Amino acid sequence: MSFKLFTLLVQASVWTIGISAISIAIGFLIAIGLSAALLSGRRAYRRPAEFFISFFRGVPLLVQLLLIYNLLPFIGLNVPSIVAAIIGMSLCTAAYQAENLRGGFESVPKGLVEAADMVGFSPRQVFVRIKVPIAMRLTFPALVNEAIMILKSSSLVSVVGIVEITRMAQDLASSTYMPIEIFSAAALIYLVICWSVALAGRYGERALPGAVK
Amino acid sequence: MTLPAISVSKLVKRFGTTTVLQDIDLEIPEGKVSCLIGPSGSGKSTLLRCLAFLEEASEGMITVNGEALGFFENAKGVRERLPAGQIRSVRAQIGMVFQQFNLWPHMTALGNVSEALKTVHKVAKTEAEDRAMIQLRKVGLENRAGHYPSQLSGGQQQRVAIARALALSPKIMLFDEPTSALDPELTGEVLNVMRDLAVEGMTMVVVSHEIGFAATVGQQISFLDQGRLLFTGAPSDVFAKPRHPRLEQFLDTYLDRGASMLA
Repeated sequence: MSFKLFTLLVQASVWTIGISAISIAIGFLIAIGLSAALLSGRRAYRRPAEFFISFFRGVPLLVQLLLIYNLLPFIGLNVPSIVAAIIGMSLCTAAYQAENLRGGFESVPKGLVEAADMVGFSPRQVFVRIKVPIAMRLTFPALVNEAIMILKSSSLVSVVGIVEITRMAQDLASSTYMPIEIFSAAALIYLVICWSVALAGRYGERALPGAVK
Repeated sequence: MTLPAISVSKLVKRFGTTTVLQDIDLEIPEGKVSCLIGPSGSGKSTLLRCLAFLEEASEGMITVNGEALGFFENAKGVRERLPAGQIRSVRAQIGMVFQQFNLWPHMTALGNVSEALKTVHKVAKTEAEDRAMIQLRKVGLENRAGHYPSQLSGGQQQRVAIARALALSPKIMLFDEPTSALDPELTGEVLNVMRDLAVEGMTMVVVSHEIGFAATVGQQISFLDQGRLLFTGAPSDVFAKPRHPRLEQFLDTYLDRGASMLA
């Protein structure tokens, strides 16, 4: 396999990384809202969040992507396929991250909240200064896991026409008749990216303030 | 006669159908150390948590320096809940020390002690930290200011927790089994800090299994058993000549464990 083909795959990985990173970030923001709704005492908040999560966890991402890609133009939104891909991935990862966060918030030791109550924190201050940082620490490993899952799932956005690693590999394989070499190279690139994320995650976990070293 | 720091009247606490505190009447004198003792499950921790409004009493009233805590009786004698802001303002007079320390793990010792000054009282960072340092020095931990809770021993963590409560200049300090989670050799450093506070005249309510501490530092001893307050009195009455049979029995278990020098 020539160096040029490999370079093309590496270039395509920019799309993989870009779409994944943006989706993780947007998904995280949505997940904060969803988890707050899940933990809310009000049914009117909890039920829609539960429905959202069961939908996006219960339908294959591939189907979600195709649905969103076709649905948006249907309702008059002519957006580029990259936008459809990011919307699909963000909503999907939001559902998973919301469940992680809910677990994290529920695992914040009650005593830490009581200690904050005793020194006069308002519920909002308890949330911002105590619950969020501690829930983040508790859910950080799961977040890294989710980032890796999304990186790999991003191969699915090839179906809406985005030339990321997998799509590029398919195109190159059919034009060069070297599928084994090309897909091996693609696998290697995925491996390196996911490895880096895992490594960064482990480093980040140890760098969190107050982490047990 | 001076007003008691805390006054409890006809307090009842139920968890579901289980009554854990029954008709508690208690006055906590100002400037003194009051100890709540009793066997496990006697309700002494629950009573202390009611005084901090971490548990809401099912019936009865608590006043802190004359102000109703959590509930008040309206003109018709009906018990009504007070708004959250009022609860916070009464609570501001109270500092609480927990069995499990409950330090915030993502903040240093200095951060734990200065946090409420900054977040709640809007004190500037440098001043808050200066004031926090004074408290850390008081508990002998100024050289651990930059350490996270995970880097401190249990005794050190509990002393930071005491400093955290003291930083807000409470009028009353509540201690919920402050040494029960510590190795025996670490209890001394915490008890010493508490002794210093007692000498300064802090109003303290201590739930403890440290009968030795209760006997030597305590000025009012209350004995609870099965959710009832059986006896309140001076340490000499409690430890020298325990008249109540249940109290005698309870103390015997301690004397058997080598605390006989107290008798």
